[in-house]
Amino acid sequence: MAGGGSFDTFPKLLLRNAAQFGTRPAFRHKDLGIWQNWTWAQVAEIVRAYAAGLDRLGLRQGDTIAVVGSNRPKLYWTMMAAQMLRAIPVPVYSDAVADELAFVLAHAEAKLVAAQDQEQVDKVLSVSDRLPQLNKIVYDEPRGLDGYDRSGLIAIGDIIEDGRAALAADVALGERIDEYVRAGNGSDIAVILYTSGTTGAPKGVMLSARGCIDAATDTTRFDKLTDKDVVLAYLPLAWAGDHYVSYVQGLVAGFCMACPESSDTIEQDRHEIGPTFYLAPPRGFEAMLTRLMVRMEDAAPLKRRLFNYFLDVARRYGEQVLTGRPVPLSGRLLYALGRWLVYEPLKNVLGLSLVRVAYTGGEAIGPDLFALYRSIGLNLKQLYGQTEAFLYVTCQPDGEIYSDTVGPAAPNVDIRIAESGEVQFRSPGMFLGYFKDQAKTAEAMTSDGYVRTGDAGFFDEKTGHLKIIDRAKDVGRLVDGTMFAPKYLENKLKFYPNIKEAITLGDSREFVCAMLNIDPVAVANWAERNNVAYGSYQELAGHPLVYDMVAKDVAAVNRSLAGEKALAGAQIRRFLILHKELDADDGELTRTQKVRRRFIAERYAPLVTALYNGAHDADISTEVTFEDGRKGTTAARVRICDMQAIGSGESLGRAA
Amino acid sequence: MRAPDTNDILLEVERVVLSFGGVKALRDVSFNIRKGEIRAIIGPNGAGKTSMLNVINGFYRPNHGAITFKGRTRAKMQPFEAARGGIARTFQNVALFKGMSALDNIMAGRTLKVRRGLLWQVLRLGPALAEEVEHRRKVEEIIDFLEIETIRKVPVGRLPYGLQKRVELGRALAMEPDLLLLDEPMAGMNLEEKEDMSRFIIDVNNHYGTTIALIEHDMAVVMDLSDRVAVLDHGVKIADGTPDEVKRSQVVIDAYLGVAH
Repeated sequence: MAGGGSFDTFPKLLLRNAAQFGTRPAFRHKDLGIWQNWTWAQVAEIVRAYAAGLDRLGLRQGDTIAVVGSNRPKLYWTMMAAQMLRAIPVPVYSDAVADELAFVLAHAEAKLVAAQDQEQVDKVLSVSDRLPQLNKIVYDEPRGLDGYDRSGLIAIGDIIEDGRAALAADVALGERIDEYVRAGNGSDIAVILYTSGTTGAPKGVMLSARGCIDAATDTTRFDKLTDKDVVLAYLPLAWAGDHYVSYVQGLVAGFCMACPESSDTIEQDRHEIGPTFYLAPPRGFEAMLTRLMVRMEDAAPLKRRLFNYFLDVARRYGEQVLTGRPVPLSGRLLYALGRWLVYEPLKNVLGLSLVRVAYTGGEAIGPDLFALYRSIGLNLKQLYGQTEAFLYVTCQPDGEIYSDTVGPAAPNVDIRIAESGEVQFRSPGMFLGYFKDQAKTAEAMTSDGYVRTGDAGFFDEKTGHLKIIDRAKDVGRLVDGTMFAPKYLENKLKFYPNIKEAITLGDSREFVCAMLNIDPVAVANWAERNNVAYGSYQELAGHPLVYDMVAKDVAAVNRSLAGEKALAGAQIRRFLILHKELDADDGELTRTQKVRRRFIAERYAPLVTALYNGAHDADISTEVTFEDGRKGTTAARVRICDMQAIGSGESLGRAA
Repeated sequence: MRAPDTNDILLEVERVVLSFGGVKALRDVSFNIRKGEIRAIIGPNGAGKTSMLNVINGFYRPNHGAITFKGRTRAKMQPFEAARGGIARTFQNVALFKGMSALDNIMAGRTLKVRRGLLWQVLRLGPALAEEVEHRRKVEEIIDFLEIETIRKVPVGRLPYGLQKRVELGRALAMEPDLLLLDEPMAGMNLEEKEDMSRFIIDVNNHYGTTIALIEHDMAVVMDLSDRVAVLDHGVKIADGTPDEVKRSQVVIDAYLGVAH
């Protein structure tokens, strides 16, 4: 196990890895149908040449260079090369529309932009008049860029070549680069990560090299990660999760980062690479399961029965087997048979066979979903983290997994619960502040140096683990005083494969209502099997049979709520299915695909009104933004469905 | 590459007449294709567009006239000559091997480039293997170019129509043609698929420098894409020129909208 040790910057770690694991793979990327490999020694050579090239383009210490695109070795190398010059890389979400991109590039004062392909180059060019400080765009993939004005545009491959030639010709240049690396200091700003902005404009979280490396040293030790591990680097470059798991831990532990061929081939690439460490947001695991269930519906009856039977067995014994608790012999035998017939083949199909440790985080995961993955033998754990903490605040140790807690404090993290119920922490990777925003930094910190998370939570008495209820500001109460935790309800709803997204309303209201998005994959498949004809998403969403089916799911959620004393009064009394999918381009989701509840409530105000005034349908017209930035409107009449409350909880009478 | 050299004629069709029994499909049609350009042939249904393509690649044998390709004049082309000579095409109704994967279909396009004999191929020994690796690399470049990585291993029969069209284009590109004939590349596509296909056609022209002759119904697409347009009606060429010239031509408007006789 490598760890950070006395290496306090990323370039120093890179050189250490080149010396220590020189012939081991550092990067893989599937290109032209083949996994191409680069060893640590090769990467160190390339990055040094790249840094020399960037130096010749005028990138200096303290300058920022934005990185826009999907997970490509050359883009990760851009970050390494920039750090070698003590410049600061700023990864930006590649699906950001031009305006968002312009905001970040302008705010970060990016001197250079490293763009993956023509699409990203076009986006940057379209806003370049707003970016006076922008000097050049460097790009990875040349396709489609033939006819472009060459003056401000240069291929990363050419920069590396140029740097290599310059290094060969000029010894002093090489010495200067090596001197930058030696002079590099743990207190240097290693990277600025812009938060996706659940509230307001994105903020640039500044992280120090020492902080990043210390944090990752702790967690690689915690999960026993070594240079033998492999991750699939497939999450957005700009997300703290990917930066931490792939880039920082990769450099600290010296393991291999595998970049998928394209965002559409991730499933296949995962299957081929067989990662050993895996991080996905809950929706990633959800989507995987949905696709699996859809395929099972199409399987032969015998296979389907086998699958269902052994999934039941897994539900009964899986968790105990995984954590090594006693299991009756018959159960042990059945589970072993199930492993052979179903669980292992299943994990193989999902590309999770070799995973030793899998994490989910970023949002709460449905307990049933979580339990299902664990029961088939995947060591899935939860972590609770924040970009500002970089990254772990809590994480679950092996053998102490509870689906409703996020675990005890991560190594060297100090957590406390404020009087208001808010979770506050201090951590090794803690941020230095928001870039160019003293006021916001001051808001996010307490006077004694703790970071406010904005999440409400408490320590579970039995286990001592942290439990997160919701965003502190989102937890509300119904008129009768029943606690209303929107995210909790939404996660319950989203566990059903037919429901992709849910927004619940109830704060200061008489009862709880829900606005739902159906999952197009699952519902379209169901429609096909049941000969339900439809012409568009909108038509499918409004189909009476779809409403009936979703009503059953909502009823099931109500049934499970009826069993929980504190929440029995927060059952869903009315719901509707939205006529369009919630989309980040329309501002309804954040770039990390979290719903922006407040914004949606405003945008769909006529629907909210109708939900609470007893109407049975409502008209809505909304503006939509297409991927290329064009705008249009969609109009629809949305039906509202009433639900019966379940159980005879006292609060129910009042809520009705 | 989109500034064609006006003097460099790749293919010249002179006074071609083609008839099936009493039906005259082409009557005395002449036109040329310059190296590096995108050339469109348009016209209403039954105008003789597909017949023209079939004459160019040797599938039909004209009753009269001559075809000059790369400086060699002949009364008719043989399909294999056309293919060897660097003419590739796609079809109006997709003609792929439905049970084979997209990858295998495109590999099939390399057949004419294979140098080693059958025995070598079967044994897959040294040189033959090296050759196959080289072909595969070329094919993968095309797959990357057309952005069909996800469907590499999927039997084409299971693919949606728009993607099948793209695979067919891939197979034609695998021949590394000098002249690419596209028979209604956008037929039956929705707007988004049409935009994608247009993009690919322009990219092929730009990137590989391939000369392209295409038949298309969708006027908007043709006018955007082409350098020059020839208009056929009832087997007769009624107009020829830049998209703007053709758009303004009264004869063309009449042919498309119909006139009282």
